[in-house]
Amino acid sequence: MTVIDTAPEPALQTAKERQARIVGGILVALAVAVAVFLGADAAGDATFRLSRPTDRFVLANLVLPASPFIYAASGVMAFLGVRQFLRGGVRWTSVSLGVGLTIAVLAFLVWATAGKAFSLTGMLQATMVRAVPIALGGLAGVLSERVAVVNIAIEGMLLAGAFAGALVGSLLGGVFGLLAAVLVGGLFGFILAALVVTYRMDQIIAGVVINLFVLGLTSYVSSQVFQEYRHLNNAPVFRSAKIPFLGDIPVIGPMVFDQNIFVYGALILVVLSTYYLFYTRLGLRARAVGEHPRAADTLGINVYRTRYINVTLAGMVAGFGGAWFTLGAVGRFDEGMTGGRGYIGLAAMIFGRWHPVGALAAALVFGFADSLQQKLALLQTPIPSEFLAMAPYVATIIVVAGLVGRAKAPAADGKPYVKE
Amino acid sequence: MNDPAMKSLLESRLIGRSQIEDIVIVPLFAVFAALVLGAFVMLATNVSLPTIGLSFLALLKGSVGSLNALSETLTAAAPLILAGLGLALGFRAGLFNIGAEGQVLMGGIAAVVVGFSFANFPAVILLPLSLFAGALVGALYASIAGWLRAATGAHEVISTIMLNLISYRLLDYLLGLPFIQKEGRADPISKSVPEAAELPRLLAFIDPNLRVHAGIFLVLAAVAIVYWILFRSKLGFEFRASGENPEAARFAGIHSGVIIVAAMATAGALAGLAGANQVLGVLGRATPGFSAGIGFDAIAVALLGRSHPVGVLFAGLLFGALEAGGRQMQVDAGVSIDLIGIIQALIIVFIAAPLLVRTLFPWGFRKPANPKGRTP
Repeated sequence: MTVIDTAPEPALQTAKERQARIVGGILVALAVAVAVFLGADAAGDATFRLSRPTDRFVLANLVLPASPFIYAASGVMAFLGVRQFLRGGVRWTSVSLGVGLTIAVLAFLVWATAGKAFSLTGMLQATMVRAVPIALGGLAGVLSERVAVVNIAIEGMLLAGAFAGALVGSLLGGVFGLLAAVLVGGLFGFILAALVVTYRMDQIIAGVVINLFVLGLTSYVSSQVFQEYRHLNNAPVFRSAKIPFLGDIPVIGPMVFDQNIFVYGALILVVLSTYYLFYTRLGLRARAVGEHPRAADTLGINVYRTRYINVTLAGMVAGFGGAWFTLGAVGRFDEGMTGGRGYIGLAAMIFGRWHPVGALAAALVFGFADSLQQKLALLQTPIPSEFLAMAPYVATIIVVAGLVGRAKAPAADGKPYVKE
Repeated sequence: MNDPAMKSLLESRLIGRSQIEDIVIVPLFAVFAALVLGAFVMLATNVSLPTIGLSFLALLKGSVGSLNALSETLTAAAPLILAGLGLALGFRAGLFNIGAEGQVLMGGIAAVVVGFSFANFPAVILLPLSLFAGALVGALYASIAGWLRAATGAHEVISTIMLNLISYRLLDYLLGLPFIQKEGRADPISKSVPEAAELPRLLAFIDPNLRVHAGIFLVLAAVAIVYWILFRSKLGFEFRASGENPEAARFAGIHSGVIIVAAMATAGALAGLAGANQVLGVLGRATPGFSAGIGFDAIAVALLGRSHPVGVLFAGLLFGALEAGGRQMQVDAGVSIDLIGIIQALIIVFIAAPLLVRTLFPWGFRKPANPKGRTP
């Protein structure tokens, strides 16, 4: 997102210090909460299953004594928080926050599992699957914000991809559905580019409008057409395909190498776009357009065309991610089925500091929160399921609030460019 | 469709002739083009030509065709205008608040809870109290995003979207609590608001089914108050200064953090009031998702109204008319009301990109508009 970081230097410093102190305060509060609410309450051992009995290599279960583990976790968090509060290390803020939150989540998991057994590998596998749309959404954000086009429309592009995937997939089969999703996503990327580059519409308004339009259009067709012709909304689902040998590695195998085409595709796209943005001439040009369009223009780079191409590419990536919802999961389109994943992808992009690999890592965090919430329902914790469902959103707010100060957006992000 | 024309009349002493193009012609073309494109969407989904004609007739009939239609239009417009005013105020202060939906939900549930908790109070106390509770809770909920923006720089677009998503779950949870849930029900539904807390229906003496209620006075008052805040008060000046040029505002001694929180809180109060208006005037209780997208439509209303209170009033009336007409369209022609969503989105596209309208309808504009507008 656009972060207006133009304040004079001293003011900036105090803002950062204050932010560091806020993070410190949050961590200390979390540590206290973990110790009081979880530590006192946990009894017995938490058993994590690392492999299934049918796997080729079977690992022993991981058994943790619940109460000591939670108190230790609380101690580490309190240390990080106090250190952050007193020293206010600017560079350490995000690391402390990340580590602290991870430990809090682990403590929570141990508390929920205390006295029971729980398949860790299964949850990691689900994490990967659930991270896919968020990672691809984040990647779409990276691609377009690197050329300084703020992309709020990811949500709409995901939804359009999901819809196109279901419709064409039902008619012509999964592969064509996937292709259609990518094309439709690209189309909306192109429309966004046209609105903001050629017609100089406000970028956030353009994004919001595309989201509203796609939501309206897909809901309309789904209630007007799909209700009547159900065979149009019954697409085949891509099954997971295990990669021989690699898929047998314990824990990592099921997580990364025994998945469907969307997980592989997301990983490949992350690698490809990292290569494209940081190791090719075109990528350098794209980034130049995002940082200083005037200079790029002076050097003969076509700013408008670069923005069109990259935003369209971003749309295609998001369209692919959208197909995950239908062709990768349920094979059927439902109104508004993306449920805010595009926005979480946007947060993943910020969390990942406008870098594809960072976006993937952040998406894994959100995917973890998402699958944790699903699995915790099975463990029957006393926490109401609604609060568990809120967890990814609360995490997003904390991440954005805690990190946005230091994460640097492309310099020209959000600003329209008018050629002289 | 003479809303923009009336708007221009109201503002004619403030603006030059060239701006009339922007304020009258662009919105007119926008509405027209959106309706035409809506017809194309219907054609593409295999709706026959006579049915399309029928649906546009139903749209007209359902929005302004009868006393009941007018009542429905006003009923649908009221919360849109209230929430839209809040968003417009935020836009003026440079804040893009997408969180009206969540603020509507939180304000609405607060109004319901206060309403049934003090059911034995007389109406003169209970009704204002419930409305105030809605506004207060909406303001508090919005302030979270404002505070995050002011204290940490977290962009309000993301935090308000997240707060929306959180509010849905929070509402589900609240509706399941024993003291809120209706007695003897297993599904999430709140107790009913007592009659003393309801916004009275205005035309019940003609026909008890006419739903237009006293909330429209609230709306008119809100328009006047927001106008006063924005253009006559010091606070409003600071809002606008921060929105137009944050740098200059800061150097002029305006505390940007305070302004951000104040603007978000005011916007949230208006959205909360919109929620209270819905539950106390129309629904009588809270259910999951009772906001029905008001908060999102209100974004469109605020944009269409150019973030001006009077503009928002007319834009809200237009959207209320589309809403009421859309229901009639669904009944008469069997065309899904989701079509209205498409039309609304298209209207905003054309409003927010005047260059696009100028390209599509070049004959609607005088030639000299081109040099500064077009790319060379």
